[in-house]
Amino acid sequence: MFSDKAKEEIRQVFKKYPNKRSAVMDVLRIAQRERGGHIEKEDMEEIARLLGMQTVDVNAQAAFYTMYNVEKPVGKHHIQVCRNISCSLLGAENLIKHMEKELNIKVGETTPDKKFTLSTVECLGSCGTAPMMQINDDYYENLSAEKIDKILKDLK
Amino acid sequence: MEKILLKNLGRPESHTIGSYLGTGGYNGLKEALKHAPESIIQMVKDSGLRGRGGAGFSTGLKWSFIPKDPTVQKYLCCNADEGEPGTYKDRGIMENDPHLLIEGMIIAGFAIGASVSYIYIRGEFVFGTRRLEAAIKEAYEKGFLGNNILGSGFSHDMYIHRGFGAYICGEETALLESIEGYRGQPRKKPPFPALSGLYGKPTVINNVETLSCIPGIIEKGPKWFSSIGPEKSPGPKIFCVSGHVKKPGLYELPLGTTMRELIFSHCGGMLNDGKGVKAVIPGGVSAPMLNAHELDTPMDFDSLAAKGSMLGSGAVIVMDESTCMVKTALIINRFFSHESCGKCTPCRDGTPWLTNILKRIEYGNGRSGDVELLESLCTNIFGRTFCPLGDGAVMALRGALKNFRDEFQYHVDHKKCMVS
Repeated sequence: MFSDKAKEEIRQVFKKYPNKRSAVMDVLRIAQRERGGHIEKEDMEEIARLLGMQTVDVNAQAAFYTMYNVEKPVGKHHIQVCRNISCSLLGAENLIKHMEKELNIKVGETTPDKKFTLSTVECLGSCGTAPMMQINDDYYENLSAEKIDKILKDLK
Repeated sequence: MEKILLKNLGRPESHTIGSYLGTGGYNGLKEALKHAPESIIQMVKDSGLRGRGGAGFSTGLKWSFIPKDPTVQKYLCCNADEGEPGTYKDRGIMENDPHLLIEGMIIAGFAIGASVSYIYIRGEFVFGTRRLEAAIKEAYEKGFLGNNILGSGFSHDMYIHRGFGAYICGEETALLESIEGYRGQPRKKPPFPALSGLYGKPTVINNVETLSCIPGIIEKGPKWFSSIGPEKSPGPKIFCVSGHVKKPGLYELPLGTTMRELIFSHCGGMLNDGKGVKAVIPGGVSAPMLNAHELDTPMDFDSLAAKGSMLGSGAVIVMDESTCMVKTALIINRFFSHESCGKCTPCRDGTPWLTNILKRIEYGNGRSGDVELLESLCTNIFGRTFCPLGDGAVMALRGALKNFRDEFQYHVDHKKCMVS
């Protein structure tokens, strides 16, 4: 399943640590990226072989860390809205409701065209520019309903 | 006050080595390499620097616990798993001035004799990771990292380890577990990491902001550092202000600045005119909130501890009079419940139980005796877990109950909120 580029990346990861096991988080991350946002069970088997671990052990790591989407495909744009205190004080709940309406899905769901997945998350460390959200790798800050409409329109 | 930690923020290309060198960057490292490692540790001790990750332990003392045997492999880990809600200072440094951190880390590695260091950065900080990767590459190219740094005979390699969504990995032993490829669950202490840390080797774990203080201490001397702020909590501190203020943001001020000064002199006052301060969380959500009558408390380790709260990460969350404290307590508790690692029963089962009770109180289904039940659960969680996560959940809730118990009771009795 790993492309040549990913294999080379994994070789570089191995150089960072005195043992292969320490690479498990990076390798899971690379696997998730290769698949476009989630990991399948069969990936765990391959990662286990690569690292000399048991599949169940790799699975246990993937299940612990919330950013791995195990057997849970996400849309092309994974929207993660912060719902913690600083964002909530400045109206995050209303923005979440607004997005549910605009995308016509509930939190936790993906649009039928597989373009958008809407999730809520705990603090993303951007509290001075609340309310905020992350779409894939990027932060979107100081949000308002109008700003969100524009962001979604640009991504559609 | 002269800016030390945030001095390069806002400068064009502040993340590049060219810009950093242009403002005297890496002079601290050059100076450090002229000294014996022990004297660097002594300088950091003399500076009075206390860890900026939350616990406030003496950094120099922490370093001095590392065995001096040169044949033993030692590690330095930078805790960049910034996840305490309200906190975004480390991200500010890493994205805008990564070389300040890298320089501090190389000096720390030299002082404790570590040939390898890891920066444990939370997975969501993709931009910060890219900035750090580029900066580390630049530092290698200039001979500040790698073999025989600047001809000193000291060699050091630095790597990034990305977290992937687990607040608990900010706890230092959970962080070590995570680097080793295990679930991030705290270890039993002792042994402490200074003796048996990463891969069972002596290890120092320091926060980003702590390590970023080091270059200045070495370049300008411990006396210069200890002359800033109060005697027992010297040095600059980055306060991360959020919530109901006009100008939220990062403010670098001496420790001991009062909350009133921070909110009204620096942050432009309250966001909505006519709505005064109801409560302030002074150091991230684990820190018990203070009320409007306590705004003159100096924000330093000891003054906040004396008020029953803590400086924590320096995340100041300001709430105005329109804020419902039941809802606030619910949001904060839900966070801890979500982030409990599952290792200890009181935290794993206790925090969701608290969340459920808070939910029914918030949504108008509270039962008589619920407030007392919350208090009793707090007693059964606090001090009964491996790590401070469960304690944090309790401290936050107790802070809300201590100041606003009436509001909780009103929700239970009247099935509605008294403020909104």
